[in-house]
Amino acid sequence: MTKPIIQLSGVDKFYGDFQALSQIDLDIRTGEFFSLLGPSGCGKTTLLRSIAGFETPSAGSLHIDGKSMDGVPANKRPTNMVFQSYAIFPHMSVAENVAYGLKARRLPKAEIQERVSEAIFMVGLQGFDNRASHALSGGQRQRVALARALVLKPRVLLLDEPLSALDKKMREQMQSELRRLQRAVGITFVLVTHDQEEALTMSDRIAVIFDGKIAQVATPQMLYGMPSSRRVGNFIGMMNFLEAKILGTSGETVEVDVQSLGTLTLPLSQAPGGVEGCQSIGIRPEMLTILAEGQTAEREIEAVVSEVFYYGDMTYYDVTLPQKDAPVTVTMRNTAGRKVLAAGDTARVGWSPVSLLLLQ
Amino acid sequence: MMRGKGYFFKWYVALFLVFLYAPAILLPVFAFNDSSIVSFPLKGFTTKWFEVLQSTEALHVAVRNSLMIAVTTAIFSTIFGVLAARASTRFAFPARRSIMGFIMLPMVLPEIIIGVSLLVVIIQLGFELSLFTIILGHILICTPFCIAILSSAFMNLDRSLEEASIDLGQTRWNTFWMVLFPLVMPGIVASLLIAFTISLDEFIIAFFLSGTEPTLPVYIWGQLRFPQKLPSLMALGTLLLVLSISLLVLADYFRRRSLKKTGIENSGGFL
Repeated sequence: MTKPIIQLSGVDKFYGDFQALSQIDLDIRTGEFFSLLGPSGCGKTTLLRSIAGFETPSAGSLHIDGKSMDGVPANKRPTNMVFQSYAIFPHMSVAENVAYGLKARRLPKAEIQERVSEAIFMVGLQGFDNRASHALSGGQRQRVALARALVLKPRVLLLDEPLSALDKKMREQMQSELRRLQRAVGITFVLVTHDQEEALTMSDRIAVIFDGKIAQVATPQMLYGMPSSRRVGNFIGMMNFLEAKILGTSGETVEVDVQSLGTLTLPLSQAPGGVEGCQSIGIRPEMLTILAEGQTAEREIEAVVSEVFYYGDMTYYDVTLPQKDAPVTVTMRNTAGRKVLAAGDTARVGWSPVSLLLLQ
Repeated sequence: MMRGKGYFFKWYVALFLVFLYAPAILLPVFAFNDSSIVSFPLKGFTTKWFEVLQSTEALHVAVRNSLMIAVTTAIFSTIFGVLAARASTRFAFPARRSIMGFIMLPMVLPEIIIGVSLLVVIIQLGFELSLFTIILGHILICTPFCIAILSSAFMNLDRSLEEASIDLGQTRWNTFWMVLFPLVMPGIVASLLIAFTISLDEFIIAFFLSGTEPTLPVYIWGQLRFPQKLPSLMALGTLLLVLSISLLVLADYFRRRSLKKTGIENSGGFL
C-alpha cells in the first residue's frame, strides 16, 4: 500500500511568463484515492493533465510505476482519464464507447465483448449496451466514461472534476459509488476537485494546491483538524481567526497573547505549520459552544449574538467577542430542549485551549 | 395597428419570394412551349427542345467537362479546407490570423481580377489552357468557402473527444479517422456540395482559362448568339434547376440524418 505509483519531483509548468505549477514534489501511493484540491486556476488540472500526458512539464520529473514518463505520449501511459465533459463519443453506442480502448489494443473480439459487458455491469448500466450515447442522462454518461476507462485496467485512473456537471443528489450518489468502485477495482484514483466536501468524503489523502504550489498533503482528518496554514484552514471548512502574538517559546510549549482570549500557553503540536511567523489563532465553529443555563466549560467568554442563521438541525450564530470587531461563528446542533437565541442576546461562549491552532 | 403591420409584412414576403423565384419558374414554362420565340402568349406543349439537347454533341462534351471539373474541384477544395480548418481551429502558430485572412481573401476578390491574373501567370509559365487550368482556378475560389464551412464544423468539436481517444490508447491518425472525421462529416458533405455547385456554374474564370474545351456555362454563353437556340437553353436550364434542387434536398437529408445520429440540436445549418 505504501509503494508510490506516481512520483513527481520538482515539477514546474510555465505558460509564457505565467507559472502554473511550481516545484511540485508529490508521491501518490498504489491503490489510494488521492485528491488534488484547490480553487479554480490553482494548477490542479494542469497537474492532472501532466500526469495523463496532455501537458509537458517545463522542468522536473514524473515517474509512473517506477518508469520515467519523459517523452512518453498520452496513448502509451498506464493511465486513463475521465474528462470533465465526459467526452463520450456521440456517434457511438454505449458498448462501442466502452470497447474503444480495447479495439485500439487489437484484442480478440470475444475478449473485447466479455470485458465490455463486465465493465458495463460494473458501473450499473446493464441493458444500455446499444443505447445511443446522446440519449443518456448526465449520470449515465459519467458511468460510461468510467466504464470506458476502467475496462482498460489502468494503473491509475485520473478524474477531472467528474461530478461538477451533476445535480446535488446525483453528485452525492456518485460520490459513494466512485468510492465503492475504487475499493472494488483497487486501482489508484487521482481526483481533481474544487469542492472540499467532495475531497473530504472520498479521499484517502488530499493535496491542497494554491497558486501552483502544494500547500499541504494529508488525510482528510489531518487536513481538517491540523491545517498547516491559515489559508488551508479557511479553504477546508469554516474557521474563525483571532489575532495572536507570540510572547516566547520554552521547550515544548509556546506562550501567545490572543485577542479576546488573553495570554495562553499552548503545546507546540498545536502549531501544525511551525511556530515561526504565526499571527493567528484558528478555531473551528463547532469547537465553540453557546453554553445553556447551568452548563459550564473549561473556559468561558461573554459575547453578544449579532446574527442567527437557523438551518433546522443546526443553528449558526455570529457572535461578537469583546475587543474584536469581526464576529466569530459558532455552530450548534439543535438538540432536545436547547433554546435558540436571538440577535442581541448575550451568550456565554465555551471554548477549550486544546481546540486552538496557531497558524501563519 | 398590429394587424396592419402583419398585413404589410405578409405582402412584403410574398413579393420578395415572387421576385426571387418568378424568373426561375419561367424556365420550365418556356422549355415546354411549342415555339422558337421565347415570349408570351404560349403556343402549346412540346418536349422537342429536350430532344434537341439530346442530339447536341457539343453540349454533351461541355456537360462532361463541367462535371469533371466540378467533381475534381469539390474534392480538392474540401481536402484543402479540412487541412486549413483543422490547423486553424486546433493549433496555434505564428501569424495564424493573417495567414487565414489571406487564404480567405479570394472569396471577396472580383473573379474577373482572379481570372485575368491567372491567365497571365499560366501563359507566362508556358502552360496550355485546358480543363486542368480551369480546375486550378476553381480550387482557388472554392477553397475559402470550404474553409468557412469546415472551420465551424471543427470548431464545434469538443477538444476532449480527441484527447479521450488518445488517452484510450489510439494513435493521432486513427483518432482523426475514427472520431473527428465521422463528427465533421456533415460539414464535409456541405463543403463538397458547395464547391461542386460553385464550380459548376462559374463562368468568368472558366471563360478566361478554358482553351478549346468549353464548360457548360461557357457553352451556354456561346449559344446565346443564336436566337433559335434559346428554347433549348431554357430546357437545359430546367434540367439544371431540377438538379440543383435535388442536390440541396439530398444534402439536407444527409445533414439531418447525421445530426439525429449524434443527437445534436438542429440549428438550421449552412444550406
